[in-house]
Amino acid sequence: MSLRLIVLALAAFLTLPTAVVIAVSFNPTAILSFPPAGFSLRWYVNVLTYPQFQRAALNTVLVTAWAVALALPIGTLAALALERSRLRGRNLWAAALLSPLVVPGVAAGLGFLILAASLGLLRSRSVLIAAHVSLVLPFVVRSVWVSVKNLDPALERAAASLGATPWRAFRRVTLPLLRPGLFAGALFAIVVSVNEFVVSLFISNRVTEILPVAMFSYVVNYTDPTIAALSTLFILATFLAVWVADRYLGLGRVFLRH
Amino acid sequence: MARPVVELVGCTKVYGAVRAVDALDLAIFEGEFLALLGPSGCGKTTTLSLIAGFVEPTAGRILIDGEDVTGRPAHLRGLGVVFQSYALFPHLSVFENVAFGLRERRVPSAEIGRRVTDALELVHLEGLGRQRPAELSGGMQQRVALARALVYRPRVVLLDEPLAALDKKLREGMRDELRAIQRSVGITTVFVTHDQAEALGLSDRIAVMSRGRIEQLGAPREIYERPASRFVADFIGASTVLRGRAVARDLVTLAPGLTIRVAVGEALRTGEEVELAIRPERVRLAERSGEGTAEARVEGLVYQGSLTEVTARLGDGQRVLVSVTEPAPMRLAPGQLVHLHLPPEAFMVLA
Repeated sequence: MSLRLIVLALAAFLTLPTAVVIAVSFNPTAILSFPPAGFSLRWYVNVLTYPQFQRAALNTVLVTAWAVALALPIGTLAALALERSRLRGRNLWAAALLSPLVVPGVAAGLGFLILAASLGLLRSRSVLIAAHVSLVLPFVVRSVWVSVKNLDPALERAAASLGATPWRAFRRVTLPLLRPGLFAGALFAIVVSVNEFVVSLFISNRVTEILPVAMFSYVVNYTDPTIAALSTLFILATFLAVWVADRYLGLGRVFLRH
Repeated sequence: MARPVVELVGCTKVYGAVRAVDALDLAIFEGEFLALLGPSGCGKTTTLSLIAGFVEPTAGRILIDGEDVTGRPAHLRGLGVVFQSYALFPHLSVFENVAFGLRERRVPSAEIGRRVTDALELVHLEGLGRQRPAELSGGMQQRVALARALVYRPRVVLLDEPLAALDKKLREGMRDELRAIQRSVGITTVFVTHDQAEALGLSDRIAVMSRGRIEQLGAPREIYERPASRFVADFIGASTVLRGRAVARDLVTLAPGLTIRVAVGEALRTGEEVELAIRPERVRLAERSGEGTAEARVEGLVYQGSLTEVTARLGDGQRVLVSVTEPAPMRLAPGQLVHLHLPPEAFMVLA
């Protein structure tokens, strides 16, 4: 009985901030107060019509698309190399590839900032994309690696014995069988990239900034519930993505197995 | 004499500190069914991988139809391979699995349809083309793998323990079928197995392997009846190995007062230590002592229905295995003294 209470309290504690944000987003008055004084969709309208958000949304799509498109092939090759080749110091390589998970965002952001400045690329989107690639790569490597582990190496030999060149064997056998890992990896990568804030803050400007950064700038200047409305949309999108992944790809299994 | 289809010349494959295959010479002839037989780790699967082109030899050459293919990758060798795990492509239908090799050869699709249908018919899987491999039983998957390896009419088909994953009953059925299919197609076949019964029953010739080398190469009957070494005698069928010293060209003394006559073709050299092998089914129980008999005490009895396996100990302590066909000529019990008839011509001298 008391155990159930603790779990309940914990669940409430974890979801309360989200609940507050969602509730506030429907507040008709222009202050961030809780509980809301009524019900209104005006802040949602504001979100969709605010030019800087529109620009940031476009940036988000651009950066995420590039980052995922680059991280998928790189991560797949890395996973194959980690599992297949008799790589010297394999654990070290794996650790290096997964390290963005444990490096503090501020440190990574600072590193990218200094790097971008010294290369004269501060105004360019390429550094932002590169940073996102490095941040989503661990997720891609991990999920593809699981699929690689489940792959019978005899299948590629079989394809070769049937006359398939290494490239054809990869296209017709390996790649289709890695599909679940690729899907899961891509999904994680999208979620991570779309929500990335700290590193992006360091290396973007008004022209290149992505949504989380634009949201932060907005909060610094205004205190109306617009940001709560946008946050609610964000939460909804992320939740949907994870739900779809779990439902159709068994994401839980992908991660727990490893 | 037919010409060799596959030749291995001085092939060696080293993995780290292990010589998996050690200076192996082997010629496989047109249309023959050759078994590579040996315990796990003897190098038989590595030999198959060398022929298939999955691994490169550390030294030596591999020839197919007289052409040196040593550095040539697997996909350019055009051989058929059936894997122990079958290695069917799980994401493709049975039809597409079998069609795989034809598609890689850019065979027109109408012909693919016809040839895949023929191949599935050959292995008795008509009408199952649309199934996924996972929907089939182990025996059916085995047939798909065979059809896939045969459909593009390879020069040689390589089978890696193709029956090992099947249960006993199915294995025996598939063994007969495999032989029938091989006969009807007439394809040169190399077959890797650790099962001596499979090798004896299926092959034209057997290469018995041990520690990366061929211990003996010959027809099944030759291997069984005239094993060239103690290893072969031990590995192929049960056998009793007796140590003794030759005291005449056809007499071996095992212990003082225990001398047996042997007739092995060539004369023994007097004074030499020899090892003699004899098959359990060649030893007989005798009513009384006499010419060619030795006294022994029954130690163990294993009744197997059509026969009983008897373990008996000679006076000098060496053990002899005897297969007694049921019904046995006398009642047997552990501890009992029996006379074993050891026919002189049943002995094999081991190198």
